[in-house]
Amino acid sequence: MDLTLSPSEAAFRDELRVWLAEHHPGEDPPGDDEAFEHRREWQRKLFEAGYAGFAWPKEYGGRGATMVEQALFGEEMARAKAPSPVNVLGMVMGGPVVITHGTDEQKERWLRPILTGEEIWCQGFSEPESGSDLASLKTKAVKSNGDWIVTGQKVWTTYAHKAKWCMLVARTDQDVPKHQGLTYFIMDMEQEEVQVRPLHQITKEPEFNELFIEEARIPDENVVGGVGNGWAVAITTLMNERAGLGAAAAAGVRMGLEELKQLAHDRGVDQDPLIRQRLAQLEIEVELLRLNSWRGLTQIMKRGVPGPEGSLPKWQWGEINQALTELAVDILGEEGAYWDSPWTYRLLRSRANSIEGGTTEILKNIIAERVLGLPKLR
Amino acid sequence: MNFDFSDDQQAIKRTAKDLLADRFKLERVRELADAGAYDEDAWKELCELGWPGIFVEEQYGGQGLGIVELIIVTEELGYTLAPVPFLSNAAAGLMIQAAGSDEQKQRWLPGIASGEARGAAALVRGGEAKLVPDGDSAEVIVLCADGGASIVERSAADVEPVATMDSTRRYARVRARGGEPLPGEVGPGVGAGLLAVAAELTGVAQRAMEMAVEYARDRKQFGRPIGAYQAVSHRCAQMLLETEGARSATYYGAWTADAQPESLELAASMAKAYSSDAGWRVCSSSLQVHGGIGFTWEHDLHFFLKRAKVDALLWGSASEHRERVADLSAVGEAAAV
Repeated sequence: MDLTLSPSEAAFRDELRVWLAEHHPGEDPPGDDEAFEHRREWQRKLFEAGYAGFAWPKEYGGRGATMVEQALFGEEMARAKAPSPVNVLGMVMGGPVVITHGTDEQKERWLRPILTGEEIWCQGFSEPESGSDLASLKTKAVKSNGDWIVTGQKVWTTYAHKAKWCMLVARTDQDVPKHQGLTYFIMDMEQEEVQVRPLHQITKEPEFNELFIEEARIPDENVVGGVGNGWAVAITTLMNERAGLGAAAAAGVRMGLEELKQLAHDRGVDQDPLIRQRLAQLEIEVELLRLNSWRGLTQIMKRGVPGPEGSLPKWQWGEINQALTELAVDILGEEGAYWDSPWTYRLLRSRANSIEGGTTEILKNIIAERVLGLPKLR
Repeated sequence: MNFDFSDDQQAIKRTAKDLLADRFKLERVRELADAGAYDEDAWKELCELGWPGIFVEEQYGGQGLGIVELIIVTEELGYTLAPVPFLSNAAAGLMIQAAGSDEQKQRWLPGIASGEARGAAALVRGGEAKLVPDGDSAEVIVLCADGGASIVERSAADVEPVATMDSTRRYARVRARGGEPLPGEVGPGVGAGLLAVAAELTGVAQRAMEMAVEYARDRKQFGRPIGAYQAVSHRCAQMLLETEGARSATYYGAWTADAQPESLELAASMAKAYSSDAGWRVCSSSLQVHGGIGFTWEHDLHFFLKRAKVDALLWGSASEHRERVADLSAVGEAAAV
């Protein structure tokens, strides 16, 4: 057991820390379009410095980083409060799918513009009636004269209005069990048949969109991984272990906790016994998120598969972030009601943390079935 | 960066697990608990294997291994609920090794390492320690009060055995004053002792979780195993979250004790606070999964539930250790990580 960084890991972290201090893009400017272009610029800077597509193999323009480096990268980005690069979905989901399942032509066509931020990617998986039960999705693709004609509706599509490409899962066979009739497409968003409508969330931001697809056209060469293999391909995206995700999440809530402690101090409640108990509990849970993440990473590196603790960080992170923002608003008291308070925003935004990227209930099902070996309900 | 045991440590874990599984089957634990006794033969065997002295420096008759090795063994002792006077003796040895003079170490550590002249550790408040594991059978008692520690021989202390809800271990009340001060800094010994309890709680939680999962797979109601119902399976997932949290906190704390002592005090209080809550909640939740049978004396689960509660109350409760965590991580203190 050795929880210190090796000299090369420490050197990597220090170099990154210096680079981030020098190149930090600052806060997003006001206005959605301005913020978007700001983050596209940030993506470009990361690319030029060799930090975009960090986990991708070198032959595809990535850095071929080790898992520890990926975790450190996530930690340092969170620590520096650096914004996500604009094409994060392309880099963590689309690119890895094309690298794993794509043809040489597909790799040649799509990979580089993901990293540079020239072509933005969005994800068309969830539908209004298919959330946790993704395989029940109804969007339909029918072959016609060598092209696929797609009709259906998608939801929770980040950056759909800016995206060039959509990772789309659609049903291509109605007559087989639900997991077998799906195909994974890369759909061109620049066509009349795809309409985007912003979806305002409880913070009033239009962070996500709805997609209305009415006979959109996808050429056959945009199928990834073969017709009928959509579920397996989509699962590799979802399961594509973003090493260091847990470590990054831990570093993110660590920053939040330090702000919260400062708030308690500034408001003169840091000697209140009840507040101290809640702060200490958060202190412990933030630390445990970090420790579980590194333990999970060690298991993956040594054994190729995550251990039981590897399934916990997403769940832990949601609970911690929700408890953290609740305590902050309790400390603020009446001012916690104010719409323009940053903690109020965070309180509301964190409600999604136990839903987005897999609900806590689904995570518990996965743990119960795959880790503990309990019988399936279905 | 490597958050896992070395091959040697893995071997210790396997050996401990196998040996204890054989010596302390639950029928045997129950027999001993009913008699209020320890398994003297098994204890002798563990002593011959050098377990009590696992962390004691070789010059004082120990094996000279670290706190990581200590908590590996302690976790397995918790998992089997082995009725042997291991924890108390280890806690006393840790404090004497941390803060004792060379003379005190020479005088006491060899007996602790061999198990022939055991120690016990007492947290004294207002001249009295209310919950001292094995206070009635140790040769020597380390009295730990605010800011320092001292040693008294048991014969010089007022020791009164107390019956607790945990019948797998013997406890006493100890009243003693003065004693021979340990001149050094006792903090690292206290921290390691807390981690040993946290490890025991981790083992207890692991076992209670396994019992719940096994029962939820086998027990059928309404025509299917109860583990297929999310009300039950999500409870079990929560047990995993808390058990693994206790484990991560304990392993990390043990590593700081061996390799990064400046982080030990905070890490130990975090581990004790979290595992105290986790041990109780996992056992309690396991009882709920078992339903009525889990509430009976004939089922073994209650031994784990009771040990978890007594361990949680021992050497500072979860709330007390959270208060310590709040102090050590307050604004202006050195960052936790």
